[in-house]
Amino acid sequence: MSSVHSRGSDAIVRVRGLHYRAGGREIFAGVDLEFPRGAVTAVMGPSGSGKTTLLRLITGQARPDRGTVEFDGRDVARLSRRELYAMRRRMGMLFQNGALLTDFDVYENIAFPLREHARLPERLVRHLVLTKLQAVGLRGAARLMPAELSGGMARRVALARAIVMDPELLIYDEPFVGLDPISMGVVLRLIRRLNDTLGVTSIVVSHDVREITAVADYCHLLSTGRIIASGPPAEVAGSRHEDVRQFMHGLPDGPVAFHYPAPAYAEQVLQERA
Amino acid sequence: MVAAIFRELGDSVQEALRALGRYALFAARVAGETPRSLLRFRLVVEQVYNAGALSLVIIMLSGLFVGMVLGLQGFDLLQRFGSEESLGTAAALGLLKELGPVITALLFAGRAGTALASELGLMRATDQIAAMEMMAVDPVRRVVMPRFLGGVIAMPLLAAIFSMIGLYGAQLVGVKLMGVDQGQFWSQMRAAVEFEDVMEGALKSFAFGAACSLVAVYEGYHSVPTAEGVGRATTRTVVISSVSVLLLDYILTAVML
Repeated sequence: MSSVHSRGSDAIVRVRGLHYRAGGREIFAGVDLEFPRGAVTAVMGPSGSGKTTLLRLITGQARPDRGTVEFDGRDVARLSRRELYAMRRRMGMLFQNGALLTDFDVYENIAFPLREHARLPERLVRHLVLTKLQAVGLRGAARLMPAELSGGMARRVALARAIVMDPELLIYDEPFVGLDPISMGVVLRLIRRLNDTLGVTSIVVSHDVREITAVADYCHLLSTGRIIASGPPAEVAGSRHEDVRQFMHGLPDGPVAFHYPAPAYAEQVLQERA
Repeated sequence: MVAAIFRELGDSVQEALRALGRYALFAARVAGETPRSLLRFRLVVEQVYNAGALSLVIIMLSGLFVGMVLGLQGFDLLQRFGSEESLGTAAALGLLKELGPVITALLFAGRAGTALASELGLMRATDQIAAMEMMAVDPVRRVVMPRFLGGVIAMPLLAAIFSMIGLYGAQLVGVKLMGVDQGQFWSQMRAAVEFEDVMEGALKSFAFGAACSLVAVYEGYHSVPTAEGVGRATTRTVVISSVSVLLLDYILTAVML
């Protein structure tokens, strides 16, 4: 935790006293977080702990009830629509399922942000698209339609699209869900390699502990609306905090109980017989 | 008991007004975006093709059958007054002013409207709309507007084709089958049908096009991102569009008569 905060002045995203409720449930109850520039930071936590919601708050798709989320020193919730879109041009996001535009082939999917934001000659668009496809190893798949891609390939195409505008911040929402070990290895390597070669900052939301801790510089562990651990992965993995141990080692029972709250089993069974 | 009924009624009215307000805000946004969106004409033309050209077969077939029925019924009715030569006039006025715009709009809501709503709903369910927002591309401008304008432009064209084919169907039955004089059929029609009658039909189909397209894009764009949500959006599109078309038809007829 200390190492994250020591670089706090150089954080690209800073979350302060975040409170957020959705569907009558408290998702965040006073969360403070920082994402250091140039690092791969993992946000981990059990399902339903608010990881994806945190990304929605960082990208301005949702507004906090209390507290602030800052991107490069500016409060995201206070940005106008135009400013919000200007901020998003500095971000690239990889969605859980890739979110490729199904009407376009791979090439056009990657060219889409270029065509929408810049009036570039077709030759330059082609050069940029092929460069990004080469970076994710899919130059040969340029003319395939999204429906023809495997899950791993779709994720890599979406990654190429996310980096085509040369963002400063890359956000990955559950990038390993549903991938086979080979595809997972490829995506893992790409996260690290793109972060280092492009000099970007990466935020990876995941609950695949072993995979993400292998590439992350820092990690934050979310549970019941709070941050229960922060720091380099090895430090967090060695934590003696019970909640942290249960999550990091995948223990079936612990602070997060195996049984959903219910009346005593015997009492309920006898009641039904009566 | 009575209080509960009134409370429920009050809640329903409140929710209906809220929904109407949301529709009005969305319509205002769409109207505001229209001039700029017309400049991206290529996107609009693509949607005119999707909403219009792909609905042609169903529109032409329906037009033919409606025209043929009109020929039969019209002949039967006019024969009672000994004025079966007026069949051309009756068919033309019926088709141009009422049946053409209304039936085309109802068919449009069922064919193109549901396709629009489900397409937008699926785009939301598969995060394509969220992805556009994250790429700093406004989905209303890039996705909603071309589809809305495509529908608005396609509807009067489809209604014109419907009326034309319908008239051919009426002529087929009236002249070829029932023996109405072909010269009388066409000359009486040309003498009686005014330019205003054609404009009335065109105006109606334009208004229906705007209403059906607005309902389809609104319902699709705001659908709950689940399979059930997309299904509900398509159903609501057909129901709301159909009722809106019939209500608008009455209002426009009353104003223009």
